Amino acid sequence: MEMPQPNSEILLKKAKVAAALRAVLPHDAVIDDPSETRAYECDALTAYRCPPMIAVLPSTTQQVSDVLKICHREGVPVVPRGSGTSLAGGALPTADCVILGVAKMSQVLETDYENRLIRVQSGRTNLSVSGAVEEEDFFYAPDPSSQLACAIAGNIAMNSGGAHCLKYGVTTNNLLGVTMVMMDGEIVEIGGGHLDSSGLDILGIICGSEGQLGVVTEATLRILPKPEGARPVMIAFDSNEVAGACVADIIKAGVLPVAIEFMDRPIIEICENFAKAGYPECEALLIVEVEGSETEIQDQLDRICTIAQKHNPVELRQSQSDAESAAIWLGRKSAFGAVGQVADYMCLDGTIPVSALPEVLRRIKELSKHYGLRVGNVFHAGDGNMHPLIMFDANKEGDLELCEAMGADVLRLCVEVGGCLTGEHGVGIEKRDLMEDQYSASDLEIQMAVKDVFDPGWLLNPAKVFPLSVSESRRAS
Amino acid sequence: MSAPLFPQDEAELSAAIIDAAGPLQILGGGTRTIGRISEGQKLSTAQLKGIVLYEPGALTLVAKTGTSIADIVTALAAENQKLAFEPMDHRIMLGTEGTPTLGGVMAANVSGPRRIQVGAARDFALGVSFVDGSGRFLKNGGRVMKNVTGYDLVKLMAGSWGTLGVLSEVALKVLPVSETQATLKIHVSYWDHAVACMSAALGTPFDVSGAATVRDAAGGLGVIIRVEGFEASIRYRMTELKARLAKFGETEEISDPWAEVKDLPAWAPLDTVWKVSVRPTDALNVIAMMKELQKDYGFSCQLDWGGGLMWLGLDAKQARDLPACIQVHTALQGAVAQLGGHATLMKSDILSEQDIPHFQPLSRPVEMITQTLRGKFDPRGILNPGRMN
Repeated sequence: MEMPQPNSEILLKKAKVAAALRAVLPHDAVIDDPSETRAYECDALTAYRCPPMIAVLPSTTQQVSDVLKICHREGVPVVPRGSGTSLAGGALPTADCVILGVAKMSQVLETDYENRLIRVQSGRTNLSVSGAVEEEDFFYAPDPSSQLACAIAGNIAMNSGGAHCLKYGVTTNNLLGVTMVMMDGEIVEIGGGHLDSSGLDILGIICGSEGQLGVVTEATLRILPKPEGARPVMIAFDSNEVAGACVADIIKAGVLPVAIEFMDRPIIEICENFAKAGYPECEALLIVEVEGSETEIQDQLDRICTIAQKHNPVELRQSQSDAESAAIWLGRKSAFGAVGQVADYMCLDGTIPVSALPEVLRRIKELSKHYGLRVGNVFHAGDGNMHPLIMFDANKEGDLELCEAMGADVLRLCVEVGGCLTGEHGVGIEKRDLMEDQYSASDLEIQMAVKDVFDPGWLLNPAKVFPLSVSESRRAS
Repeated sequence: MSAPLFPQDEAELSAAIIDAAGPLQILGGGTRTIGRISEGQKLSTAQLKGIVLYEPGALTLVAKTGTSIADIVTALAAENQKLAFEPMDHRIMLGTEGTPTLGGVMAANVSGPRRIQVGAARDFALGVSFVDGSGRFLKNGGRVMKNVTGYDLVKLMAGSWGTLGVLSEVALKVLPVSETQATLKIHVSYWDHAVACMSAALGTPFDVSGAATVRDAAGGLGVIIRVEGFEASIRYRMTELKARLAKFGETEEISDPWAEVKDLPAWAPLDTVWKVSVRPTDALNVIAMMKELQKDYGFSCQLDWGGGLMWLGLDAKQARDLPACIQVHTALQGAVAQLGGHATLMKSDILSEQDIPHFQPLSRPVEMITQTLRGKFDPRGILNPGRMN
């Protein structure tokens, strides 16, 4: 993956910029010693690394504004960073950039149960937002797998989803307002405690803009009352096609589960070896979870089981207790870790129309054979958001490149069947060079024109999202 | 003025915009006469018609923007599915004619009572195709449920009232129709009880899909709470809700009143109507202010979305004279600016010719962003100019 050459004039200004930053931030909030900036050299896409010139850790919106004013004046690129859990390289630095980390900004600013909202600083982790409202039996719905570590800032940047989005929606559907600092240091309030916008939906474009339009420092989030209970059923099939058909039938029947997770044979085997969850021998496994009171849960599970029985499942296991629920989820939740034990892997994130599921799984299998790389599929089937895990050996020369080439083919396949490159991880650098497969030149031009509005100098996270050749003239200006 | 333009496809739409010599008045069915209707030649999407793709198993429908909402609802009903955001039909309240279209609903981001539970029209838009002010044909999003590929211009286009581009196609997420629904009415005495009652209902785990106020024939105030789902589940949730909400007033189960909450037929005779969005509990501040301003004259008020959506209205007598009505309008937008939210003038005979902002004025930095964005999408400023002012 290519990154732009660092600007030598900026590198020469390092001491001056660091001194200016120290003048507006506490001493320990400016990191410029190369042995320490290394801590910020990558995010969760660890195949790519580059220590930044300087990292800063402000604590307030005003400090963020001061930092951005300095970088704006000096023409220094800024890469915003939440918790660094991006799988797409969204927080990957360049050697001439300032990393602006929001990790110190984790306060709860307001909880308002009557109006069902919470206002937090954006460095707060996803799970600790729910933690802050738990005692009143509320929760924050979007639940990316990294929710223990990932920050709301990153969730907003990538418009993160999660397993339970089928019912509750993704970040953009649960975000009411932000305080954002523009690249020139101006502080802007967008949205708030009310619903919808009277003017243009600026909040809607900020969410998912991958830190390229501004630095979000505070967020107002919708919180929801916790369901009374939740329970899954595990359904095993002897073919992916039948499992796919069962998913479509469940959705059509009007039962709206909170999650429908799909695992194929390679993943089932790896997870079973790793977690001993007691998964059966089969080609495809569905975990379908429903919520409500005990009676409601039973009623919905009965309906789902009736539908599933028509597809002759190999096994159908309704959870009867918390322990059984945990066992059913155990394998699924340890999937990424389990695969990590047997190989290096790249996790893709394309989304496809649910109807294309069997075809796409078949063609991924063909690509796997063609490239000689193993692939496991684990994903949110209810909304077609796939996570093919391509396994490779990082120590074997050429294997990473082979894996990347195969990944690109899989994502092109997702686009070909009517889907998209990324459902919840974001473009970052990982899918940047494939954008032209999904969008025409004018489609990309209008998106870049939006960035021009917020950041005319293209200093915020400039080498992401758009293919470098496409954004070159803007970045150079 | 030249005859209205009715492009038949995207190429004609693009040509019409490129050839435009001056401002264009963009419309779908022309049923939502909200905001300052711009001068200029009419350009309607009404002939861009038809459902392009419908996959019930994937909960997805793609249609051209001139497709009528009625046609979409009919197609969905055949598969037992629905537009979950239940868009308001503005014709009754505004006294307009014409056919509401998908394009109009999206361009105005029109939602109904279920918005509080499932989201707004913008949350159900998966992808858009449109022609911008330079005549470029553009796409954003797609037809899948989750998509974070590039910037989300779908949200930006929803609610932009045709000022950034003319929508030609929209992909929608749809949902199954619930097996059944039930509505609980709680007779309350005061507005603060009504808001507290709705907050309490929405704070339960019972998936409330509507929380609004109603007036009975005698003028008594009531809160209505809707739940939807399978029969057994509805029975359970209604019992629980009754028990928890009884402290706010006498409860009774009533038959489906939601069309009236959504389309406001009772508001048709009013002279002036505002739509206000605030934090639900802030609705009480707005009501207090209106009581003060209209203390000898009165006003109409209905809350929806748990109090987050307020409808405020004046009949011809209550609107009194022009200065008084302008004062109410200005005070309303001023109060809402303080509280955070927005107030939009939906209709007014008395105010229609006045030089006042129909939409909530924006903060200075947001106004700057808005202007610059418009310049990128519509450099000649010909698409519905001034509509959102």
